[in-house]
Amino acid sequence: MSDDSFEPKIVGFLCNWCSYTASDLAGTARMKYAPNVRIIRVMCSGRVDPTFLLKAFAMGADGVMIAGCHPGDCHYQQQNYKTMRRYAMIEQMLPQMGIERERVKLVWASAAEGQQLAEAIDELSEAVRKLGPLNWSRNWEENGGRIEALEAIVKEHEEALEVQS
Amino acid sequence: MITTQKSARIGVYICHCGTNIAGALDVEQLTAFADKLPQVVLAKNYKYMCSDPGQDLVKKDIAEHGLDRVVVVACSPLLHEATFRKAAEDAGLNPFLVQMANIREQVAWVTRDKVDALEKAKAHVAAAARRVAQHEPLERKSVPITPRVLIVGGGIAGIEAALTLADADKEVILVEREPSIGGHMSMFDKTFPTLDCAACILTPKMTAVKSNPHIKLLTHSEVEKVDGAVGSYKVRVRRKARYISEENCVGCMACIDECVFPKPKFPNEYDQGLGLRKPVYLPFPQAVPPVPIIDPETCLQLSKGQCKQKCVEACGERQAVLLEQQDSIEEFEVGAIIVATGFKPFNPSVMPYYGYGTLPNVYTSLEIERLINAAGPTGGKLMLRDGSTPKRVVIVHCVGSRDKNYHTYCSKVCCMYSLKLAHLVKEKTEAEIFNCYIDIRTPGKGFEEFYNRVQNEGVHFIRGKVGDVSPVVSDNGQPTNMMTIQVDDTLLGKVRKIDADMVILAVGLEPQKDAEEVRRMFGISCSTEGFFLEKHPKLAPVNTANDGVFLAGVCQGVKDIPETVAQASAAAAKALALIDRGSIELEPNTAIIDEEHCSGCRVCNNLCPFEAIEYDEEKGVSRVIAELCKGCGTCVAACPAQAITGVHFTNNQIIAEIEGVLYDSAPPRKEAVSV
Repeated sequence: MSDDSFEPKIVGFLCNWCSYTASDLAGTARMKYAPNVRIIRVMCSGRVDPTFLLKAFAMGADGVMIAGCHPGDCHYQQQNYKTMRRYAMIEQMLPQMGIERERVKLVWASAAEGQQLAEAIDELSEAVRKLGPLNWSRNWEENGGRIEALEAIVKEHEEALEVQS
Repeated sequence: MITTQKSARIGVYICHCGTNIAGALDVEQLTAFADKLPQVVLAKNYKYMCSDPGQDLVKKDIAEHGLDRVVVVACSPLLHEATFRKAAEDAGLNPFLVQMANIREQVAWVTRDKVDALEKAKAHVAAAARRVAQHEPLERKSVPITPRVLIVGGGIAGIEAALTLADADKEVILVEREPSIGGHMSMFDKTFPTLDCAACILTPKMTAVKSNPHIKLLTHSEVEKVDGAVGSYKVRVRRKARYISEENCVGCMACIDECVFPKPKFPNEYDQGLGLRKPVYLPFPQAVPPVPIIDPETCLQLSKGQCKQKCVEACGERQAVLLEQQDSIEEFEVGAIIVATGFKPFNPSVMPYYGYGTLPNVYTSLEIERLINAAGPTGGKLMLRDGSTPKRVVIVHCVGSRDKNYHTYCSKVCCMYSLKLAHLVKEKTEAEIFNCYIDIRTPGKGFEEFYNRVQNEGVHFIRGKVGDVSPVVSDNGQPTNMMTIQVDDTLLGKVRKIDADMVILAVGLEPQKDAEEVRRMFGISCSTEGFFLEKHPKLAPVNTANDGVFLAGVCQGVKDIPETVAQASAAAAKALALIDRGSIELEPNTAIIDEEHCSGCRVCNNLCPFEAIEYDEEKGVSRVIAELCKGCGTCVAACPAQAITGVHFTNNQIIAEIEGVLYDSAPPRKEAVSV
């Protein structure tokens, strides 16, 4: 879709200790960056449940940013490594659900890296702008067969469980 | 899942922050937007919400309009969340029923376009309002604080902080990795601009540390591990083998005198390698503790296993020489930590054009400090390598500083110490002195006056960066002591060549080699150049993002001795204020496992680095130990049964926020599409 007026809507999950502080620093230093990432503060990037991403896409987000402390710098010792593992899984999962993996970006930004965070936001905004609107749930509606197929899988699964027990 | 809205009476308060916010977006339109959000009873805007009248506005409305939730749309919650929580609490509202929307740092200050800014601000406001409706009243838990402070680094910063805390009758553990405390300051001869002798003002403090009953001094020791949290950090310290018992040694130095090496043979690290020592040595005469140390690499017994062990014999029945000594581990519990690990001088050997390391009479400033120090390797006589007195000396400023190839920052102290060295070298040798500088920076009490004084003493100043130092070869091809220094004199507008027999490189200050590991151990960040990051550059210059860990001295950024002492006092005061309270209130955002829903799969167990999740074999469920949980929420995100609640960061609260930030993009949907 080549809509010039398209402004991507991106949800950003920023960890309290590094990236959220970096975004504050970008502000204090009056760095200007794309307005597309709307920020949600979590204590740690490890709190970001992959379902949050699906929720965001289902609600109409075009992209998601997860930002945490650099590997080795986690305020909670090593929880950003768990984010990395989940991110690897998310990257595998997204294309299967009809979402380009470029729509999700994992960023490391220390509390001193306002500039880097601002640049990452600009980059992701541009990347998503190029991809165009996602319209994830609407796409589902247009192709209703998919939902029925998914529901059928769930039903089969439930039946299979009942047989086993 | 679409979050169901609980009934709530929300008040939204939008701050202008002067023109910081109001100048960047239309606050009236934002207020009108907020007013129409579900469950919002009222929306107001005010010039400065953090001011007393601003806070009173909230308090009054809580009483008059029966608000049970408050959203403050202003700056970062990291700045003012505590302020508005307190205001709510004063008005009888649970402080956790307040949510902030950050539209200053994250919107107003970073968005070019006013319309874009308004749209982004609306999303943040919608998210906060939707989230706050999901908030639950919470109670903070109070835990006791161990009234003991760990200070890492025994330079002037660590010493000052230790003495300040000890003055308040608080226990201090002072850990220094070198064999003596004193740090870089103890290596200096005089201090600028007053020219007090560094040793005269420092050594009384060093001995005071040693004799203070409240201070446990651990030299030649390093912190290895830090666990726990503010109020009760558990630290493990490795006491490296000194091979001489601090308890038994009386400081007679007989072991040094009797060492099988008749004369000092090995370069003394403390003298920057300019002086020599034996394998058993005291780094410098005023070392504290005044106990020698044996270097295992040069000691014949320790390195080769064969020596007459004259030192043991000399010590006799005091039995202080312990050649069998091993490293030992000590563990402490402390309530607060002050990191004062100092700096490392820039090593100029990476700049071949200055000849450091290849030309014998090119020195760093720290080496010159040792050479002019009466307690230094030459007894305070400034001489060239061949023993002669220098006649022409060039001081090269900004070596490694203000240089995009090395450090772009200004090391701040070099101008003043170069002026000081110019004065001292002139006083000692009558040499002709040239200062080659980019800019002379002398902002400080008495600094400019000192600059004038040195100028009047006849020291030459050349404005320009030195490009090259090369040796002068005599007519018959023999090397000489002389060097040619090429400098681009920007005031004359031409390149000048100066011949001199001594070059002093005014090296900058940089973070310690292992600053990375140290900051990770203490859970603190660093700024881009590698110095440790304070919590706020202006308003919390000694705090770190890690509660209970404070900073003092150059490890946080370049500073001179007076500034270091001031900061160390501040860090001590902050640590004192913390540990003196006796207890500390913890944020309640821990994880809780609902045993009804826990299937006992134990996925969460291994995710917790704090071992805060235990498994109840009998019931077959996992349980969070609240005291150990730090509230990262990783287990919450991982629980396949959604049996873990991240308090104050619940799934519902975060999902409400997601719905909020996407308030304007929710697609027309069938209810079937739920995730």
